[in-house]
Amino acid sequence: MSDLLEIFLTAGFWAATIRIACPLILGTIGELICERAGVLNLGIEGIMTIGAMSGWMWVYQGGDLWTGLMFAAFIGALFGLLHSLFAVHLGLSQHVSGIGITMLASSLSFFVFRMMLPSSTTPPKIVPFRPINIPGLSDMPFFGEAIFSHTPMTYFCFAVVPVVIYVLYRTPVGLAVRMAGENPMAVEAQGINVLTVRTAAVATGSAFMAVGGAYLTMSAFDAFYFGMINGRGWICVALVIFASWRPGKALLGALLFAGLDAMQVRAQQFTGGLIPYQFFLMLPYVLSIAAMIVMARRAQYPKALLIPFRRGERI
Amino acid sequence: MRLEPRESVSFWLVLLAPVGAIGVALVLTSGLIMWTGESVFEAYGHLLKGAFGSRFALTETLTRATPLMLTGLAAAVAFRARFWNIGAEGQLYCGALAATYLGTGLVTLHPTLMIPLLFVGGALAGGVVLLLPVYLKSKLSVDEVVTTLLLNFIILLFVNYLLEGPLRDPMSMGWPQAAAIIDEGVLPRIMEKSRLHLGFIIGVISAVMVWFVMRFTIWGYEIRAVGHNPSAATFAGISINLTVLRVALISGGLAGFAGVTEVAGLKGYLTLDLSPGFGYAGIAVAMLANLHPLGVIASAIFLAGIYVGADSMSRAVNIPNYIADVMVAVSVLAVLVSLMLTQYRVRVR
Repeated sequence: MSDLLEIFLTAGFWAATIRIACPLILGTIGELICERAGVLNLGIEGIMTIGAMSGWMWVYQGGDLWTGLMFAAFIGALFGLLHSLFAVHLGLSQHVSGIGITMLASSLSFFVFRMMLPSSTTPPKIVPFRPINIPGLSDMPFFGEAIFSHTPMTYFCFAVVPVVIYVLYRTPVGLAVRMAGENPMAVEAQGINVLTVRTAAVATGSAFMAVGGAYLTMSAFDAFYFGMINGRGWICVALVIFASWRPGKALLGALLFAGLDAMQVRAQQFTGGLIPYQFFLMLPYVLSIAAMIVMARRAQYPKALLIPFRRGERI
Repeated sequence: MRLEPRESVSFWLVLLAPVGAIGVALVLTSGLIMWTGESVFEAYGHLLKGAFGSRFALTETLTRATPLMLTGLAAAVAFRARFWNIGAEGQLYCGALAATYLGTGLVTLHPTLMIPLLFVGGALAGGVVLLLPVYLKSKLSVDEVVTTLLLNFIILLFVNYLLEGPLRDPMSMGWPQAAAIIDEGVLPRIMEKSRLHLGFIIGVISAVMVWFVMRFTIWGYEIRAVGHNPSAATFAGISINLTVLRVALISGGLAGFAGVTEVAGLKGYLTLDLSPGFGYAGIAVAMLANLHPLGVIASAIFLAGIYVGADSMSRAVNIPNYIADVMVAVSVLAVLVSLMLTQYRVRVR
């Protein structure tokens, strides 16, 4: 037990927690924006995959890292627009359309990757974002390693959250998005087009998801692997429920989750092979289900979530 | 642009819409084929020949269609009741686990008893997995999409553990694979010199039975009612929770069947690559069939044809076989739109 407590005292654990949390933060925030506007986006798993692939490919083809992120965001937004064409404008089942988007986006990522790099046995690598050295802070004992020696993209992920909170709760745009998810009729009564608001929200949210995927190939690792996302998108969908659709809680949820994930990797060493490693790998998925059970009773989901809006039709 | 409900929908429109949509999907994916620099017609020719062009190709396609039919039915039944079971992949592996547990020497019976035993065991195992999501959905209203999806990953890791530990065949030279199903439990081949096995017939019979149940029985009526309008169904005295439980058990059982057909019919023993995503492809099968059980037979064979044909196409010309997944995904989305257009017409103003 004391071994487990010692984990918390190592700076490496906290650094890993922050690293693991980043893609989850962006994915969860992206899904949250879509759902606050009333649209479930199950395309997240595929959008994160294609974000990881396209951002990486941009850099591999000689592009710059930051424009690579923008490219990933652009591709993500395109798939978001496709999802909103089906789920918002045509009013198809959001579940079914989202699953279709995931199928399309992930298969396209694999196809394009194989097409551009036909025979690569060892995955080719790029030069990813490097940790930055903040004068003074990075040299601090413990905190320097845990918090102040990350890549610029890591700080970007954390900076996104307060911006999203501000936009969602303090601006007219955020109000329109939240209303579109609670009471679309009221939005329409204000002379605002519900379909436009939802489309914009889904495209923006999908862009965040894609950048979250790109974090894996451009900051956490330096290569693209098939099956890299490995259910992270679905975990984000669970985290949105856990966060009760609030961005601040989403950040906390992602950090808590990442902390437990970082701990299980380290805890594996202490059990001395008594518990098979597969059970440790199961933990993130088990925890996601557990998190939804804990929060289910208190969850205040957007009232118009999953309900397509067709002008002139009663809901 | 606005959508207007159609007042009457002709039967031919509903039947031809998916066909037209698949045509559109093929045209869209031909863009990708052009990008590879190969000739589109040649590529599709290879695909068609590889899927249906010879006796061998045809039996391979039907063999591949077997698990797709069963997972497709699993999705179709569940989605009809708006129970979003995305966990067919995990349930398939549970069915395969049950078949491995029962069929590798635990009991030895005459094949006429042994094979049904494996299927019953597989169906039970597949159904049991869904008890947790159903409980969480009806008691705590936890979304079943996420729980069934996440269970896939948990089950796959559990199978991985079993194959590296308790279930590993000592004769496997260290490969993570289970012992072989005993001869009494192996599904007989139904055509000489092919891999086509009894599972295909079981798939077709399952489809007909599911269609019968959904169309002509009270259970089927209740399932469709819950899917169409839950509040009206409650008002009519139908218990939603009970209906969802029933649907989940049928759906999980069908996915479990798919695991049994693969282990006892095709591979002979359980490995981690038993299913290259049959559970997820089943969702596409169900959507292409517009959730109609008999349509599932046709759409499973169509999808299997794409997968088998794309494999032989990627050997003949330089196109990665991931094109198959792209074609399936585009077809699914195109069919979704086309089916909506049978209900609504688009007015551009």
